[in-house]
Amino acid sequence: MDGTILKTVNLRKEFGGVVAVMDVSFEVERGEILAIIGPNGAGKTTLFNLISGVHPLTGGEIYFKGQRLNGLKPHVISSLGIARTFQNVQLFGNMTVLENVMVGRHHRSSYGLLAAALRLPRARAEEQEIIAKAREYLSMVGLAERAELNALSLPFGQQRMLEIARAMATEPEVLMLDEPGAGLNRPEKEELARLVEQIRQGGVTVLLVEHDMEFVMGLADRIIVLDYGEKIAEGTPAEVQNNPRVIAAYLGEEDVGFLRP
Amino acid sequence: MIRETGWGRYRNYIGVIIFAVVVGLVPVLAKKYVHVMTLIGIHSIVTMGLCLLMGYAGQISLGQAAFYGLGAYSSAILTVKFFPWLSVQMGQPDLESWWVWPWVAILVGMVFTAMVAYFIGAPILRLRGNYLAMATLGFGIVVHGIFKGFGLDFVRNITGGGTGIPGVPRLAIGSFAFWPKEIYYYLVWATTLLVLLLSLNIVNSRVGRALRSVHGSEVAANTLGIDTDRYKLQVLVLSAIFASVAGSFYAHYMTVAAPDAHSYGFTASVNLLVMAAIGGLASIWGAPFGAAAVILIKDTIRDVMPKLLKYASGEHEIIAFGLILVLIMIFMPDGVTVWLVDAVRRTRRRTA
Ligand SMILES: Nc1ncnc2c1ncn2[C@@H]1O[C@H](COP(=O)(O)OP(=O)(O)OP(=O)(O)O)[C@@H](O)[C@H]1O
Ligand SMILES: [Mg+2]
Repeated sequence: MDGTILKTVNLRKEFGGVVAVMDVSFEVERGEILAIIGPNGAGKTTLFNLISGVHPLTGGEIYFKGQRLNGLKPHVISSLGIARTFQNVQLFGNMTVLENVMVGRHHRSSYGLLAAALRLPRARAEEQEIIAKAREYLSMVGLAERAELNALSLPFGQQRMLEIARAMATEPEVLMLDEPGAGLNRPEKEELARLVEQIRQGGVTVLLVEHDMEFVMGLADRIIVLDYGEKIAEGTPAEVQNNPRVIAAYLGEEDVGFLRP
Repeated sequence: MIRETGWGRYRNYIGVIIFAVVVGLVPVLAKKYVHVMTLIGIHSIVTMGLCLLMGYAGQISLGQAAFYGLGAYSSAILTVKFFPWLSVQMGQPDLESWWVWPWVAILVGMVFTAMVAYFIGAPILRLRGNYLAMATLGFGIVVHGIFKGFGLDFVRNITGGGTGIPGVPRLAIGSFAFWPKEIYYYLVWATTLLVLLLSLNIVNSRVGRALRSVHGSEVAANTLGIDTDRYKLQVLVLSAIFASVAGSFYAHYMTVAAPDAHSYGFTASVNLLVMAAIGGLASIWGAPFGAAAVILIKDTIRDVMPKLLKYASGEHEIIAFGLILVLIMIFMPDGVTVWLVDAVRRTRRRTA
């Protein structure tokens, strides 16, 4: 591990009276897989929305490689090197599988409206490059054969994989996955775990929100636990598992199996 | 999308060529349709811009006829009033009806309309859904009001008030005039086909995908690095330029720019919307068919209504037209063209 890549300081988000994220500070090490867990409504998705610039902050600060992200628009944050997926899959239903990934190459290419309209050589050359790269990322998630289908015609599990390929196509340094395993069956989850590990091997730092504790325990280097917007624990899977505040937070939840030895 | 190998990559070009041949034969084989087909060509240009704006970028415009009108009025004012005046001022009265002026006027109209679109676009495009619809509607009404003179004499002096500006010259290159109308027809359709090709290229490009991504999921588009506001504005400006060119062509065809609502007012904006909707909002190819459908339906209603209803009037036309629109929206929400293509596919699959 070589240093902090992402850092939040007293990050806060209020929706009307609801405090969705309450003064949360944490650091992410370059190259780690950091899981963020917590009961429903704990503020995990909101945290991602703040880092990716989708929601403005109420307070606090976010730093990426030392640069302050406060107030930057999502497209700028994306081009700095932070990509994400969505808990409720947000594919482009008006495009093919391949085209979805091609959109991920947007800021890795540059030709504009005029070059596009006239199909200038530059546009054609860049387009070939975009297609080639997009196919690479499709192969990475095992969807190369499905390139020409409509994105929403894929089974749900593959839609999640496609979203990861699309995010990866931006060549991010930090990838945020919001419940990538939700709705997947066992073999699909195993494949997902392999993929996440492979992405990390490629040098990308991964932030992961996940409810499936078995999945998280096997994959994450560290875990942050949120409850009612507050960070209540942070540490290795083993440390978090034995933390009394975490156990208390999850009491009353059905899925507490992971807390028992 | 464009296939990268094989014949598929030329699909759009082949399509445009076939379409060009069919369209090119009309003045030869079916002379009596030249007028209606010219109108269809002109409206197709506007409709394609509207498709890019609505079907691809997902932004509604109820004021597109205003841009169309700005093109028409730019051409009329510049060619009838400004350039002749300028020629005299420069001491060159023989340049009063120089053939170059109308072309310059078209370009000036495009730039002017693009600027208007740019300046209204920045604040307006921040609005969403109904609010955007209302804002563009308001814009259309204001511009149409300006054409009518706004009850102000100095405005009326420029726009010609209720009568508009007659005497718009024919287009020509040197001594070659784009007239009679069979020749003008080819000029219009050459432009229409060019706009068709440019639009298809845009749709199947980085920019086109960025536009479509706005429609698909704006949040996702943003987080993938797309400055959606910038692209929305770009496409609004582009659609305004298309409309402006079409408006100029219309003014030179009719030799007048007059402020009746059917050409540049709210009714016209709705007509354009219906053309785009019938063709399929997300279908550039649908635009010419949508334009054709609306123009032919309107003509038919105008012919048939008086036979069905003794006291038929303009209002009955609008009601019949509205009814057809509602039926299309219910049964063919992707547009008639898309519906037909799907229907052909369905029957083919059944027989296969
Ligand atoms: N756009 C919004 N407007 C208003 N309230 C919101 C909004 N987004 C989230 N909230 C509220 O903020 C709190 C945290 O929600 P969030 O979606 O971040 O939780 P989560 O940890 O992702 O939960 P889940 O496990 O169900 O996905 C909840 O009380 C939620 O109702
Ligand atoms: Mg969530």
